[in-house]
Amino acid sequence: MTATGTDSAACGVEALREPGAVLRLPHLPEAVEEVRTTDDHMIINMGPQHPSTHGVLRLMLELDGETVLAVKPVIGYLHTGMEKQAEELTYLQGPTNVTRMDYTSPMFNELAFALAVEELLGIEVPERATWIRMMLCELNRVSSHCLWMATNGMDLGAVSMMIYGFREREMILAFFEKCSGLRMNHNYIRPGGVAADLPDGWQEDVRHILETVPKRLDEYDRLLSGQPIFQERSQGVGVITAAECMALGITGPILRSTGVAWDLRKDMPYLFYDKVDFDVIAGTYGDTFDRYAIRLDEMRESLKIVEQCLDAMPRGDYKSQDKKVTPPPRARIDESMEALIHHFKIFTEGFKVPEGEVYCAVESPRGELAHYIVSDGSAKPYRLHVRGPSFVNLQAMPHMMRGGLLADAVAIISTVDPVMGEVDR
Amino acid sequence: MSDAKPPDAGEVPAQDSFQDERIHGAPTSRFRGQLVVHPDRASYLDLVRALRDDGFRMCVDLTAVDYLVHAGRPLPEGVEPERFEVVVNLLSMEAGLPGPSGAGRRIRLRVQVPESDPTLPSLYELHPGTDLMEREAYDMFGIVFTGHPDLARLLMPDDWEGHPLRKDYGVGRIPVQFKGAPQPR
Repeated sequence: MTATGTDSAACGVEALREPGAVLRLPHLPEAVEEVRTTDDHMIINMGPQHPSTHGVLRLMLELDGETVLAVKPVIGYLHTGMEKQAEELTYLQGPTNVTRMDYTSPMFNELAFALAVEELLGIEVPERATWIRMMLCELNRVSSHCLWMATNGMDLGAVSMMIYGFREREMILAFFEKCSGLRMNHNYIRPGGVAADLPDGWQEDVRHILETVPKRLDEYDRLLSGQPIFQERSQGVGVITAAECMALGITGPILRSTGVAWDLRKDMPYLFYDKVDFDVIAGTYGDTFDRYAIRLDEMRESLKIVEQCLDAMPRGDYKSQDKKVTPPPRARIDESMEALIHHFKIFTEGFKVPEGEVYCAVESPRGELAHYIVSDGSAKPYRLHVRGPSFVNLQAMPHMMRGGLLADAVAIISTVDPVMGEVDR
Repeated sequence: MSDAKPPDAGEVPAQDSFQDERIHGAPTSRFRGQLVVHPDRASYLDLVRALRDDGFRMCVDLTAVDYLVHAGRPLPEGVEPERFEVVVNLLSMEAGLPGPSGAGRRIRLRVQVPESDPTLPSLYELHPGTDLMEREAYDMFGIVFTGHPDLARLLMPDDWEGHPLRKDYGVGRIPVQFKGAPQPR
C-alpha cells in the first residue's frame, strides 16, 4: 500500500525536488525577466477572477506552448484575519466565526471547534447530541460533494451536472435551514452539544433525502462515469502517488485516490463512528477520475451512515446539562432571578475554559480539518489555529499540473476542491 | 470547570502530566491524553528526522503561538519559556506509539523560539508539505525558517508591515468611508 522506506527518495521528496516541481516560480524580478527572454516560454496569470478557480485563487503559470512547466499558486485574496478575530470572541461566539471558513462544509468547522473546546473543558456531550452531530455532518458531506460534482462537471464541460448537483444540495440545505435556521454558516454545533433539538418531523425529511439522493447519484453515475469526454479529460490527469501525498501532508480524497485507505472516521474514530458501519473508499491510480469516483461513492457511504443515525437516534438531551457551559432554559428565566443572571453571564462573559492546548481533528470532505486551541484559562481562546485541508492540499496542485496541458489545469483545480475561505481564513 | 474530570480518565494513565519519559532525548508532557514533545532548537531537526524514521511520516500541521501575555504556561522541567512557540503536529499512519484509541498516532512538538532571535531550521527538506505552513507562520509571526526555499509573505500583501498574529500587533481600524456614518470610538 505505502512505501515503507525511510530515505527521502521513498518519502517522495526527491520527485518533488525536480526542477519545476517546487511550488513556485523564481520570485526575483530579474529571474522572471530571464525566463521571459526565452521566447518560447510564457508566464500567464490564471485568476483570481477566473470562473474555474473556485473562488479567488490566482495561479501563475509558466507555459511552453500549451504545456505547463511550473505553477505558483498565489493566495491571500480572501484573508480576513479570522484566526486573529477568534482571539476576540468567546467560546460561545467561536463557532459563528469558524463556520465561515470552509463555507461548503460549515458543520465540520463547528464540529472540530466544539470537540476541541469540549476536550479542554473535559465535559461529556449527551448521546443524542453526538448522533445529531454525526447525522448532520454526513449530510453536509453529501451536500459538499454535490457542490463539487456540480462545479467539476461544469469545469469539464458537463454543464447539466451543474444544475443537478445544486438541486440535490439545495434539498439538504433546506433541511439544514429547518434545523438551524440558516442554509449555511449554521452555528448549530456548539461546545456542549447542539443549538436546538431536531425540528418536528425531521425523520420524514431525512427519509425523503435518503430515498431521493441515491437514485440521483445513480443518475450522475450514468451521466458522467461512462461518458467518453469526461473519461478522456479525467483519466490519467493530475496523477499523484501515495509517497508524494505523504510528503506534502495531503489528506482526504486525494490521498485515498492513491490507494491509501486513510480516513480519520475509521482510523482514529471520533463521535460514534466506531458504532456505525461504512466503508472507506480508496482508488488505485491517483488520477482525477479516481477522485471523482471516490467522492461519488463517499456520498453513498455517507447516506448509509445517515440511515444508521436515523435508526439509532436516542431520546434525551441535545446539549450538556453542565450548568457552567449551558445557559438555563427559557422557562427558568421567567421564574428565577439567578437563572436570568446566569443566562446573562454566559452570554456576555462566556464560560471559562481551563488552561491548556489541544489539537482536535475531524475528517472533513476535503481531508483532515483540525483546530488547535490554546487556552489561558479565560473565556476566550488565547490562540486558535485551523489546519485547513484545502490550504495544505493546495500544495498538490503545482505537482499535479506540471507537464500537463493548460486545459488539464482546470480539471486539476477542480479535483483538488479547494475552498478559498478555508485557504486564506 | 477545573474539577470536572475528563470522561475517559480511567483509560489514560496520566491525563495531564509531565513525565520522565523522553523521546529521542527530548522531554515530554501529556495534556488530555495528547502527547507533546518539547525539543530545543538545536535538536529540533534531528528529532523530526528521527520521528520520521519511527513512522511519523506525515507533517500535518505547523503553526506558531505568541505567548507574550501568557508567559506562565506549564512546561516540563528544563524547558525555558520563550515568547514564541512553533507547534508541529506529526501523524503516523502505522501503529505509532502506544496510546488510547489511536492517540499514539499523533505527536506534537512545541519548540521555544526567543523573541531576540526568532529563527528555526526549516522542515522543508524533511517534509516538503511544510512549505506553505512555514510561510504562513513567517507571515503571521515573523519567525524566520532558515533553509526555506522561498520565505515570502503568503496571506498578507508583500509590502505589509508587521506580523498580524503577534499579540502586540494592534488590530487597528479602517476609517468608515460613508458620509454621516458614526465615527469609531
